[in-house]
Amino acid sequence: MTEAIVSLRNVVKEYQRGKQTIEVIAGLSLDILKGEFVALMGPSGSGKTTLLNLIGGLDRPTSGEITVAGQRLDQLKSGALSDWRANNVGFVFQFYNLMPMLSAQRNVELPLLLTNLAAAQRKTNAMAALTLVGIADRAKHKPNELSGGQAQRVAIARALVADPSLLVCDEPTGDLDRKSADEVLRLLQILSREHGKTVVMVTHDPKAAEFAGRQLHMDKGTLLDATRVAA
Amino acid sequence: MKFLPLIWATLWRKKFRTILTLLSIVIAFLLFGVLETVDYAFAHPSQGQSGADKLVTINKYSITLSLPFSHARQISNLPGIAEVTWLTWFGAYFKESKNFIFALPIDTASYFKVYNDDFVISHDQMLAFSNTRTGMLVNSALMLKYGWKVGDKLPLHSTIWTQKNNSLDWTFDIVGTFDAKDPLQASQYSTTAFFHYELFDEGRSFGKGTIGWLNERINDPSDSAGMSSKIDALFANSPNETKTQPAKEFALAFIKQLGDIGFILHAILGAVFFTLLFLTGNTMMQSVRERTPELAILKTLGFSNNLVLAMVIAESLLMCVIAALIGLCLSYLALPIIKQGLQGVELSPRALLPGIGVAVVLALIVGLPPALGAMRLNIVDALADRH
Ligand SMILES: Nc1ncnc2c1ncn2[C@@H]1O[C@H](COP(=O)(O)OP(=O)(O)OP(=O)(O)O)[C@@H](O)[C@H]1O
Ligand SMILES: [Mg+2]
Repeated sequence: MTEAIVSLRNVVKEYQRGKQTIEVIAGLSLDILKGEFVALMGPSGSGKTTLLNLIGGLDRPTSGEITVAGQRLDQLKSGALSDWRANNVGFVFQFYNLMPMLSAQRNVELPLLLTNLAAAQRKTNAMAALTLVGIADRAKHKPNELSGGQAQRVAIARALVADPSLLVCDEPTGDLDRKSADEVLRLLQILSREHGKTVVMVTHDPKAAEFAGRQLHMDKGTLLDATRVAA
Repeated sequence: MKFLPLIWATLWRKKFRTILTLLSIVIAFLLFGVLETVDYAFAHPSQGQSGADKLVTINKYSITLSLPFSHARQISNLPGIAEVTWLTWFGAYFKESKNFIFALPIDTASYFKVYNDDFVISHDQMLAFSNTRTGMLVNSALMLKYGWKVGDKLPLHSTIWTQKNNSLDWTFDIVGTFDAKDPLQASQYSTTAFFHYELFDEGRSFGKGTIGWLNERINDPSDSAGMSSKIDALFANSPNETKTQPAKEFALAFIKQLGDIGFILHAILGAVFFTLLFLTGNTMMQSVRERTPELAILKTLGFSNNLVLAMVIAESLLMCVIAALIGLCLSYLALPIIKQGLQGVELSPRALLPGIGVAVVLALIVGLPPALGAMRLNIVDALADRH
């Protein structure tokens, strides 16, 4: 398991703010191996979310190469990128971002609507994902009937249901109490260790970062101790 | 199709608002269905194929002024005239004034020569009618409505014509029934009952020897305009000048006296739909804007821009078409009530297809702006709340 699933080379991301150009990611290179659990830390505004969005294929770099799961993301058009995301990556956000009018199970089914699976199979897979995150008994509940920790586990089930190799999490425990946070982190750990998922997680919480196998620190668009970046 | 439950759930995200919006669309289309049907009825007063060879002659100055009986003979002598008959407004009701009966005194011999192919009447009953001075032929729908039977004595109250004893009450003997041959004309005759002009003229206490208007049948239907002016020329500069028109135009002109109904109806509809456009458009816009984080998530999950666009439009279509269908069905149910208010005007539900067409256009106009907004929504900005 030494193959890099995420590989960035001299990635630059600039934003235009009025006439000003701000360089948010400043020539960053990084490799993440298959099955790794990486925590990405750093001060607010250092570019963590931006980097995560680039790895997850939500955004494209201004220059540089990004290869994820064997695909050069910097070369994909937005339509192809959208298809790629559906097949290769799952997202988890700080505020869960579940559809309020859908039950937990229907929320988890959403990514499967883009597949050719029949309705019954979609339901089976959604229930399997909910079982994996330990919340199958809440399948019929709407998001507002769930606690924060439960809602986040539903969100993780949704991220997992299409069986992506990469999970991208932006402050997944930022809105949770210690106990729920630890449960979610342990879950991410299990997914990485026992299910071979690669997890990239942004966090401000050093305790949360300890659950990861490797910690990366960002500042002003660069990595401070990119110990395992290939030459 | 597999997206339908998601779209449906999205539509009902805010139940109260959706119900209010649906309700306003339902009401607009109820109005649309009713007004379009009424408008159509007024714009196409007689749909029968027959009638192209019929003319109507009235007093030049007003339909309410009578004409001398001698006009009939003079017109019948004109070359090109096949038959002439004469009629007068009797204006009757049965027991109560709301039970309007279009009782029409006819000159039996000539009337059925002018309208030689318009009615279905059994031979026996026609014979009975000819042989009974007080006889009456009643439209079979009218018979049914009041439960009358052949052989009944029928008292009718005229609003105009007194008898010699100053009574407005006339009594007839129902000797038979008639139906319009052309089903499209059925409703036109739904309140009609025929009786003998002789009985009427002898019985009335005033106006004897006068007639209300004349109907002619001409040999060449394509020359209705030419024959009309020839008839009017007969009486030019006489004390009783006439105005002759093809029967279809006459019906139309009669209705147009009520004002330009089509214009009024469309003005009302225009105002209603203009308001609806803003109301629904605003609601759609607002409801899609509120869902920005959800739309961003769908895109994150891999829903393409086009799919998101299609889903918002489908939502708009779903709402507008369902509400329009409900409204149009309600308008269809309301038709019988309106029919009673507009005696003799033909009403048929024609608003369904145009109505659905209007609903689709409405849905597109209302749905496209938010759908385009949803399509263009940048995921990263939306997730960071920078939209
Ligand atoms: N679309 C954009 N347009 C303009 N500026 C942007 C955009 N996205 C990010 N930025 C800027 O880039 C910088 C890095 O943003 P980013 O969200 O990646 O930081 P972060 O490390 O995730 O911060 P936080 O810990 O607060 O979430 C910030 O200064 C931000 O204002
Ligand atoms: Mg961030």
